Amino acid sequence: MEILICVKRVPATGGRISLTPDGQEIDTRYLGFTVSPHEECAVEEAVRVVEAQGGSSAVLTLGPAAAEEQLRDAMAIGIDRAILLETDGREYDPIATAAAIVATVRAQEAAGAPFDLILFGNEAADTGGFQVGIRVAVALGRPVVTGIKSLTLRDGVAAARREAPTGGWETYELPLPAVVSVKEGLNLPRYPSIPGRLRAKRKEVERIEPAWSSTGPVKLGLRLPAEQGSQVEILGRGPEAASDVVDLLVKLGVLAS
Amino acid sequence: MSGVLVFVEHAGGEIERVSREALTLGASLAAATGGPLEAMLIGPGADRTAAALGSGVSTAHVVSDDRLHAYAPAAWAGAIVQLIETRPPAAVLAGGSDRGNEVLAHVAARTARPMAANVVSVSVGDPWRLTRQRWAGSLLEDATLDADVRLLTVAPHVVPVPEPEVDAAGSTRPTIAQSQPAVHEPDLVARVIGHEAPEAGTISLTDARVVVGGGRGVGSGEGFATLEELAGLLGGAVGGSRVVTSAGWRPHSDQIGQTGLRIAPELYVACGISGAIQHIVGCKAAKRILAINTDPDAPIMGVADYAVIGDLHQVVPAISAEIRRRAASRG
Ligand SMILES: Cc1cc2nc3c(=O)[nH]c(=O)nc-3n(C[C@H](O)[C@H](O)[C@H](O)COP(=O)(O)OP(=O)(O)OC[C@H]3O[C@@H](n4cnc5c(N)ncnc54)[C@H](O)[C@@H]3O)c2cc1C
Ligand SMILES: Nc1ncnc2c1ncn2[C@@H]1O[C@H](COP(=O)(O)O)[C@@H](O)[C@H]1O
Repeated sequence: MEILICVKRVPATGGRISLTPDGQEIDTRYLGFTVSPHEECAVEEAVRVVEAQGGSSAVLTLGPAAAEEQLRDAMAIGIDRAILLETDGREYDPIATAAAIVATVRAQEAAGAPFDLILFGNEAADTGGFQVGIRVAVALGRPVVTGIKSLTLRDGVAAARREAPTGGWETYELPLPAVVSVKEGLNLPRYPSIPGRLRAKRKEVERIEPAWSSTGPVKLGLRLPAEQGSQVEILGRGPEAASDVVDLLVKLGVLAS
Repeated sequence: MSGVLVFVEHAGGEIERVSREALTLGASLAAATGGPLEAMLIGPGADRTAAALGSGVSTAHVVSDDRLHAYAPAAWAGAIVQLIETRPPAAVLAGGSDRGNEVLAHVAARTARPMAANVVSVSVGDPWRLTRQRWAGSLLEDATLDADVRLLTVAPHVVPVPEPEVDAAGSTRPTIAQSQPAVHEPDLVARVIGHEAPEAGTISLTDARVVVGGGRGVGSGEGFATLEELAGLLGGAVGGSRVVTSAGWRPHSDQIGQTGLRIAPELYVACGISGAIQHIVGCKAAKRILAINTDPDAPIMGVADYAVIGDLHQVVPAISAEIRRRAASRG
């Protein structure tokens, strides 16, 4: 099984987001970087499939040179090779991102490395466009399904399951080659081992310069939503507060008095 | 070009709430373009449901083709593409749900148009300006969308939906137009082929009146026993942060937040949870939040209504004991 996984480097924001003074970006000076949990599950899934069935896996990102970190994180848990579509840090819109990924897949496949399966996150953690995977699949003429939380690959078919709108699960079966966008909960990703990290450090990263275009949506600026502005009422300290808490539960009507 | 087409999701004769939200925003945009509000419904019951749409919708396009009965995103998008090719509206809207985002992204990909997901407001002009959610709504983006047909999904829980009008005499019903799109076999490859029932026996976190959430502060899977006990006394459910699901202390189906569930209980009790923005987007719809945390400066205090500063391993059992004591003294 030959698998490609697409991941996007995003800041690991914690309790609050601060923006740069021009309101164009998140101020990332004091932040680490990560990928979406959905994409972490895509990476883990690829590693498991290759462990069980053989083949190989590649991870791809379109981002600044520093995004090499996210590629090495993926290789540290067992992805075989990495491709960086290196940008100058500008934001690529979903059409440009998909086009760059499609061009890379075509080039790789023409050079004798076809992919049975291309995995995406359901949506990027930051921009949340909900579309790059579908755009790539449509351009390549491959079947695609999104929101997948369980995946089985057997006899050239991807059997997939996602939450149904009315509860329970709905199932799909896609002949390979196919494109699948996944959600967190698909599996429980492992943590990288020290030897895994060392191995990943020594691996080559293939670099490609992606074409730039801008169709939209075109960002004018970012802003924080209006605060709900609640003032916290401290009920007390330690277990002595229990009686006040129970009074509150009664007052809120969640406990019969 | 004028008018707006809304892709309406429905089940059992009911219109999904996300689609009502899209219809509400769609109505105001249609008016701003000086064109009609139209709807597209696909699948079993489409006819019946279309007839129940409010009078704001001038035409409901209904697809009853058997081959499109099972949800098939590419084929359903194909039906929309064929409709808008003949008479392009100024915009196509869908709810910001799994299916709404998926179908519209297919429409966008096939017609090489941009798409904006999870918009919260739109202003019709040249070009159209919109505000959309990033980071699941923790951050807003103002943007322009320059296209002949604007493809937009509407962020859930943002647009207030007016009460459905009473069926007064004289209120008009939409014209039902049977739509018969060509169906291409390759578009049916990815389609729903079966259903599985939900795992039984759990109080759904999204329906619970009280949710007791645990974070890293709980310390272990076993540590959740006291949270389970409190939730049980309150008839509620237990959830958690991503730290506890990643550690395997709880299943991912218990995770609240950006890549988990959105909950809206009467009361959310956040125990040993710091209040990262990705967690808060999942619980901010709770009526009240009570935080139990050793750190009075934790970000959760910025969104909580009430707090107890202290070790949850002492505070939570003390609350359960007090509930039991009062129940016993009442006899
Ligand atoms: C793209 C993305 C998506 C994400 N999606 C989600 C998501 O869906 N849901 C989610 O929850 N997170 C999500 N996260 C992770 C999120 O950023 C935080 O890492 C996570 O929410 C932190 O969990 P926590 O509050 O349990 O842990 P911590 O941040 O470590 O906080 C632990 C808290 O417990 C308190 N504490 C410790 N011991 C005790 C004690 N004995 N008694 C009382 N209090 C104690 C501490 O003071 C602290 O405030 C996401 C992150 C990213 C980047
Ligand atoms: N810059 C990028 N580099 C690699 N993959 C990406 C990039 N942007 C988006 N993707 C992939 O496409 C998925 C959906 O992204 P989006 O449509 O932008 O929400 C993400 O979860 C990633 O798997």
